[in-house]
Amino acid sequence: MLAPVIQISPLTKIRRHRELPVPGKVLVRQGQKVEALDTIAETILAPEHLMLDIASSLNVSTEIADDLIQLTAGETIQKDDLIAGPVGITQRVVRAPSSGRIVVAGDGLVLLQINNTPFEVRAGMPGTVTDLIPDRGAVIEATGALIQAVWGNGQAEFGMMQVRIDSPDDKITADDLDVSLRGAIVLGGFCADPNIFQKAADIPLRGLIFTSMDSSLVRLAKKAQFPVLILEGFGFHSLSAIGYNLLTSNNGREISLNAEARDHYSGTRPEIVIPLDASQAPEDTSLAIEDFARGQNVRIVRAPHQGKSGTIETIYKKPVKFPSGVRALGAEVLLSDNERITIPLVNLEKIA
Amino acid sequence: MTSSVVSADSILAIDVGSINTRASLLDVVGTRYRFVASGTAPTTIAPPFSDIREGITRAINQLQDTTGRLIIGSDGNILIPSHPDGTGIDAVAATLSAGPEIKVVAIGLLEDVSMESARNLAATTYAKVLEGISLNDRRKQDKRIDAILRARPDLVIVAGGIDGGATRSVGQLLEVVGLACFLLPRDQRPQVLFAGNSSIHEDIKETISPITDLHLAPNIRPDIHVEQLAPAQVSMSKIFKNVRAQQVFGVSDLDQWANGRLLPTSTAFGRVVRFLSHIYDPNKGVLGVDIGASATTIAVALKGKLGLQVFPHLGLGKNLENLSRYISTTHIAYWVSEDIPNSSVKDYLLNKSAHPASIPATVEELAIEQAIARQTMRAAVSQLIPALPFNLSSSGGDLLPWVEPILASGSVLSNAPTHGQSMLMLLDGLQPTGITTIVLDQNNLLASLGSAAEINPLMAVQVLESHAFQNLGTVIAPVGTARKGAPILRIRITAGDNSESQLEVKFGSIEVIPLPTGQSAQIQLRPLHRFDVGMGGPGKGGRVRVVGGSLGIIIDARGRPLQLPSDPELRRESFKRWLWTLGN
Repeated sequence: MLAPVIQISPLTKIRRHRELPVPGKVLVRQGQKVEALDTIAETILAPEHLMLDIASSLNVSTEIADDLIQLTAGETIQKDDLIAGPVGITQRVVRAPSSGRIVVAGDGLVLLQINNTPFEVRAGMPGTVTDLIPDRGAVIEATGALIQAVWGNGQAEFGMMQVRIDSPDDKITADDLDVSLRGAIVLGGFCADPNIFQKAADIPLRGLIFTSMDSSLVRLAKKAQFPVLILEGFGFHSLSAIGYNLLTSNNGREISLNAEARDHYSGTRPEIVIPLDASQAPEDTSLAIEDFARGQNVRIVRAPHQGKSGTIETIYKKPVKFPSGVRALGAEVLLSDNERITIPLVNLEKIA
Repeated sequence: MTSSVVSADSILAIDVGSINTRASLLDVVGTRYRFVASGTAPTTIAPPFSDIREGITRAINQLQDTTGRLIIGSDGNILIPSHPDGTGIDAVAATLSAGPEIKVVAIGLLEDVSMESARNLAATTYAKVLEGISLNDRRKQDKRIDAILRARPDLVIVAGGIDGGATRSVGQLLEVVGLACFLLPRDQRPQVLFAGNSSIHEDIKETISPITDLHLAPNIRPDIHVEQLAPAQVSMSKIFKNVRAQQVFGVSDLDQWANGRLLPTSTAFGRVVRFLSHIYDPNKGVLGVDIGASATTIAVALKGKLGLQVFPHLGLGKNLENLSRYISTTHIAYWVSEDIPNSSVKDYLLNKSAHPASIPATVEELAIEQAIARQTMRAAVSQLIPALPFNLSSSGGDLLPWVEPILASGSVLSNAPTHGQSMLMLLDGLQPTGITTIVLDQNNLLASLGSAAEINPLMAVQVLESHAFQNLGTVIAPVGTARKGAPILRIRITAGDNSESQLEVKFGSIEVIPLPTGQSAQIQLRPLHRFDVGMGGPGKGGRVRVVGGSLGIIIDARGRPLQLPSDPELRRESFKRWLWTLGN
């Protein structure tokens, strides 16, 4: 059976496609070095238009209005530029109510696309542009540690990580945050304290990483103006041993926190990149195709051992009956604490 | 329902779901068509493959391993037709539900009339209406254009004007659509389906066809009081296929293998239900429910007329993250048979949404999953029944009309550890009334048969008659209310060997009378306290022949609408008692 992959790696090459959802302008060139917050490409995601009724405004017929329109489709204009006229004794004119671009002109009407704030795609991690994706974005390559996660609130930041957990099953509350953490991205344990987001905004922090989070906090996490990333899931879950060791050993380093929402179709998921200078790093294995096999390191994604990691010792050829009574293909996994458990294969992710 | 073989063609039915891809072999065994075997593999719509063909190949490989029959040739293509040496197959039937929801803008003259019909048409497939525009819309033309552009739709459905009616107003609305499409890059323009006043088809072709792909369908609102979605659903299937072919690699190949007959899974599912409505009791409807990862689908048909609704937001996969927008977690927790805090339900929704292919390994998680299935069925049924395009007899109120049979599909039902659990989910979720049989689609074949029926209707009939489907039993659900423990129904059962037994059923209970699959019995029903068993009105009974099933005859005497104990502990005890009665 195909093994879905989660990347938790102390050193790897990381290749990421950064693309606009719709065509736009690519702002980088191949070979360019970029920082995490650099804009790669931009576009107008939700254009706004103004329909100007020239005939009515100038009090003339449609045909005459068309003759009086001074601009053609495609031309850019500034606020108060002349669009049509002058006409009549009072030299009536129509001026641009806003800067923008004429998209349609005719039948006595002008449709103006107003300049509005572009939507930007950022690099998300410091690296090099290895390929350009025409009209959409670029492929960025970096070297470093990589920890993928379960949930993100859609924001991204770059900053120093400050570890605030002492064990994989630690918890964090607003009281654990103080002004000494200003500008940092804080790694905490399980969080069930709704006050933590306001406290983080007040300090301010650049981001929050939780081992797990109470689901009642999702609404607040989505509202936060800084990235919030959940490593293991919702409800109390310990941090996997591999994730704990990797993150705590990088305390004080600068990290890219990309808390983008998980997209099951594009395969993107929230992740932490810890840039590291290394001439030799294993290739990015996020697109590796592998079936579940004995000896693989795996992470458990559902109760009762959600978040724990271990090694597959046996894959059963016939369906196994689990405590729920459900029958499914399963594997015997040796956990890092030497406990042996049987888990449905579909509840495992291979750690790459 | 009997039939015989008229040709000996084999069919490979491929169903690409959002989690799993199934390849099922349907062929002649002896003198009748049978479901032979199936292979399953994870759907490969996402990276690293981003191409559904890999999952299809893996599913077929598993099928080949099981049957020993070679289906894929050395060149990697499906061997069509079959060869005398037994390799290959004669035809492919294909269904697809994987992929993101189709983004729709619904446009109509009147918000509560044609625009509502446009929305209803969208609800017959895996679509999400992101924007609605009608003549009553107070936004100016430029803001309407912006609204369409913001939605970035895959499809714009335009309805409005009864046949021979309004043309100018419809033209105004189409002008907005045309301009919005014009402003998008050509490869980003939505498909446009016009299903309004058919007298202006030629004008629309002139204005919209040069800009984007235009589909013309019969008017879905030919009269202000008549909604007619069925003819336009053919166009919807075609559009679904076009959009998916642009979004997902491998869809065009799948359609080619199926000789252009690739259908949305929900359409194929609806087709089977409609097909069966020609065969079963003409006075009752046939009901089908499919609880999938991508959507919950409910179909009800009567004498060939179909009511179909697809609820992507009620799917048990990735959309669970947003389920609490539509269904309160308190309502879900109401159905949980274990002592679990409400917060665990919320945690479950988010954790399952992050890993849609995962399964419940603990008793507690299974209880939550089954509670969600109950509540999604409740929500789906309560939306579909009032919107049915035909009248079905019922015992009144918001109760489920009399239907026979109920077909149940979806992993949460077919993979439940016991048939008792599947049955109780269906009894709680659908709350059937009167007398009906419940058939479990244990091999997830229904949609495939709907697709195969176009190639060979006889095959669909014969496979439906076979053991590929599990008859759970006959359900008798008297409608009414009484004090707990009061006798509400007396039953006399005459088995095939003429042995007789009697049973007095008390309000609030579930009773089971064993009657194995393949056997039938004559039962005489005598409802008390004006309970209605669908035999002519409250208090009326009579004789009826019923068929057996894995659970036998189930009398659900808990009343309709079902009122569970308000005390959580009592409620959980009740669930356990009912499950025990149903053989858990």
